[in-house]
Amino acid sequence: MNGDPRDGRIVIVGASLAGLRAAETLRDEGFAGSLTLIGDEAQPPYDRPPLSKQVLLGRVSAGDTGLPRRRPVDAHWRLGVRATGLDPLGKRVLLADGTEEPYDRLLIATGTRARPWPNPEEAALEGVFTLRTSGDAAGLAARLDAGPRRVLVIGAGFTGSEIASGCIERGLAVTVAERGPAPLVGALGGTLGALAAKLQRAHGVDLRCGVTVTALEGDRAGRLIGARFSDGTRIDADVAVVALGAVRNTEWVAESGIAAGPRGVTCDAGCRAFDMYGIVTDDVFAAGDVARFPHPLFEYQLLSLEHWGNAVAQAEVAAHNMVNPGPRRRPHLTVPAFWSSQFGLNIKSVGVPTFSDQVVIAQGSLKELRLVAVYGYRGRVTAAVSVNQAKSLEYYQRLIETAAPFPPAPGAADQGESPAPVPSDVPDPKVLSHGPTVALTGHLPDRRLTLVQPGR
Amino acid sequence: MNVVVDLNRCQGYAQCAFLAPEVFAMHGEEALLYHPVVPDGQQERVLRAVAACPVQAILVGEEAGTGER
Repeated sequence: MNGDPRDGRIVIVGASLAGLRAAETLRDEGFAGSLTLIGDEAQPPYDRPPLSKQVLLGRVSAGDTGLPRRRPVDAHWRLGVRATGLDPLGKRVLLADGTEEPYDRLLIATGTRARPWPNPEEAALEGVFTLRTSGDAAGLAARLDAGPRRVLVIGAGFTGSEIASGCIERGLAVTVAERGPAPLVGALGGTLGALAAKLQRAHGVDLRCGVTVTALEGDRAGRLIGARFSDGTRIDADVAVVALGAVRNTEWVAESGIAAGPRGVTCDAGCRAFDMYGIVTDDVFAAGDVARFPHPLFEYQLLSLEHWGNAVAQAEVAAHNMVNPGPRRRPHLTVPAFWSSQFGLNIKSVGVPTFSDQVVIAQGSLKELRLVAVYGYRGRVTAAVSVNQAKSLEYYQRLIETAAPFPPAPGAADQGESPAPVPSDVPDPKVLSHGPTVALTGHLPDRRLTLVQPGR
Repeated sequence: MNVVVDLNRCQGYAQCAFLAPEVFAMHGEEALLYHPVVPDGQQERVLRAVAACPVQAILVGEEAGTGER
């Protein structure tokens, strides 16, 4: 950098939601230098949440989820080429086509990819899918159009549950296999996990919890015909969707000396990446699903969030800090938030429900399928989840931001069916099929909240 | 013209679904589904929906990454 942070060369690796919003923010903040976006997918930035909803329902085609821009970014787009390496000393990104891109400042926004089925031969069977890209969604939607006899969904996290919901809505027979005790339990704990299980079964899902899929079976032509489970049972299925969570795309910087691994790229509250010695860099930044950052509301534990809203908010902070001198930089303090719609319900979350020891139904009830569950940790509010009650959530966000006492005071809770807090029953993620979408990867002396398997 | 809805912000007021029903539709009581690519002839309605959204959750714009270098 030659003095003026608004000049020079900025390279953004990752051309999805976080990369796009960062590029726009850089220009908004007056960055007048050269800007390059590198993306391994060939198409321009698109929105992923619709892929497991509108697209699977057949209402929107997979190629039609392009993101609107906020402003022109005057960038050099290098799409369809993967970054393969980083030379932090020579300040250049190495690309799969043998070329390189020099930078003064770099933003790592490479996100995640779907965790593949561990057996490559079974994963290659016709009818076995993962769902992360628009190409994945196009293939799966076409297969669902053809009317499979039964769809097997492996893993009942949010993505798996949304896929199951879409299939049920299309009138398809669905089996869901989850190693944990209930769907969504890894993100929302025992109370709402039990509700999700009941809901899936009421909608006709053949839900099998506490089991793993031990084998996917193919015929001689290489087409999926069925699956075997750890309890000795088997089903016929001609489509299987592997929804085992995500793998962070950090391999390309693994040898660079940046603090990157299966848990993400570790950065400070200002999105500056650490090197492997824990020394913060000042020219490499990280944002979005791939970033792992300390959050003051959660005892400065390092958080990795696979959330749409985090990708936007963190990209804005990273971009601001890339073009502003130290005293003008901002911390990324946004309260984590996400949504899911499935089986006719709208589920929204603020805070970190897994950062909890207790939960209370503060409004509504499980029976009427309209409620707000509030989560607490050691006597303060740390999260809230609404089911068909989104308008109440903002109130609880304020309680989280101010570390308000848990259980919430009178006036913050109506007469719910369960006025007394109960244990939140957040399981150790190692018992789940799907990875956690919120990974608390720091250290808590009394609990182990995540186990991240090395990427494949 | 494309749209994206910040569904963290959306609270299900459904103004968009009334104003541009070919683009926005409620799914169940509170969830919203929408067409990211605005069909021809719907632009005016979508702009009205953007303006009417009580929580300003809808972003509309040219499709990103196209028509640039």
